[in-house]
Amino acid sequence: MELFVFVVAGAMVLGGGIGVVASKHPVHAALSLIATLFGVAVLFVAQQANFLAAVQVIVYAGAIVVLFLFVIMLLGVDNAENLRIEPFRLQRPVAAFVGMGIMGLLSAAVIVSRNAHLATRGRGLVVNGANGANDINGANDTPIHDGNIKALARDLFSGHVLAFELTSVLLVIAVVGTVMLARKPRKADFEGGAS
Amino acid sequence: MLADIVPTTTWYLVLAAVLFSIGVVGVLVRRNPLVLFMCIELMLNAVNLTFVAMARKLGDIGGQTTVFFVMVVAAAEVVVGLGIIVSILRRKPNATTDDLAELKG
Repeated sequence: MELFVFVVAGAMVLGGGIGVVASKHPVHAALSLIATLFGVAVLFVAQQANFLAAVQVIVYAGAIVVLFLFVIMLLGVDNAENLRIEPFRLQRPVAAFVGMGIMGLLSAAVIVSRNAHLATRGRGLVVNGANGANDINGANDTPIHDGNIKALARDLFSGHVLAFELTSVLLVIAVVGTVMLARKPRKADFEGGAS
Repeated sequence: MLADIVPTTTWYLVLAAVLFSIGVVGVLVRRNPLVLFMCIELMLNAVNLTFVAMARKLGDIGGQTTVFFVMVVAAAEVVVGLGIIVSILRRKPNATTDDLAELKG
């Protein structure tokens, strides 16, 4: 069963990724990106990261792709790009070489070290067991439906509370900066009058 | 027979590596700045997948916490990046990355 999920979601992920890279039209690329993001969300569920899967669908597939589509439509840059033109000689072969190299090296590293001993620590993902007592292998099989959220919240608000608060600062800065970037400059700004 | 095969962490890591390389190729090849951003999102998602796979393998929730922060930073990055792209494209309609070479000297 998990094999079936992995194959289908993996096909979605890879097909969507290739669609992003290879589609002429930016709107088609954005739609392929949605397929990839949904596939990654499915893989998150298969890896018992339920909360992150929900966040992935809401934030990525919901907000970010809509933002992309919004910008594409708003600016009217949705004209198809001719992919046959190659502005730089050797750009595509070099890119293909680099891509294959990264893929080969990463896969080789992963496959070679698949039996390496990894030190396990932490309180576990707490999917099956209650109170953080069990890990995913779950000696205690009484399922609690929100165990993943509770474990994530415990880790987030105890160990990483400062970083969590800093993300709010980051988001506020991003919002203010975007408003500053995207507004139309007034004439007074150029004449050195009003600030 | 086929149902006995359970995908291990290695499968997920290899899938993430392939997705990351697709993103790299996209950044290197494409010239539309919006598509470049989408390829960066592909790479970020590949890294997120790696984090979640390792979190499951190690039984450590810290990987998922990291993915949470990566998502927040990615959202902020997309917002700011699209703001920059909007202001560039307003000045130069239909600009590709090749046209943005003012710093070349």
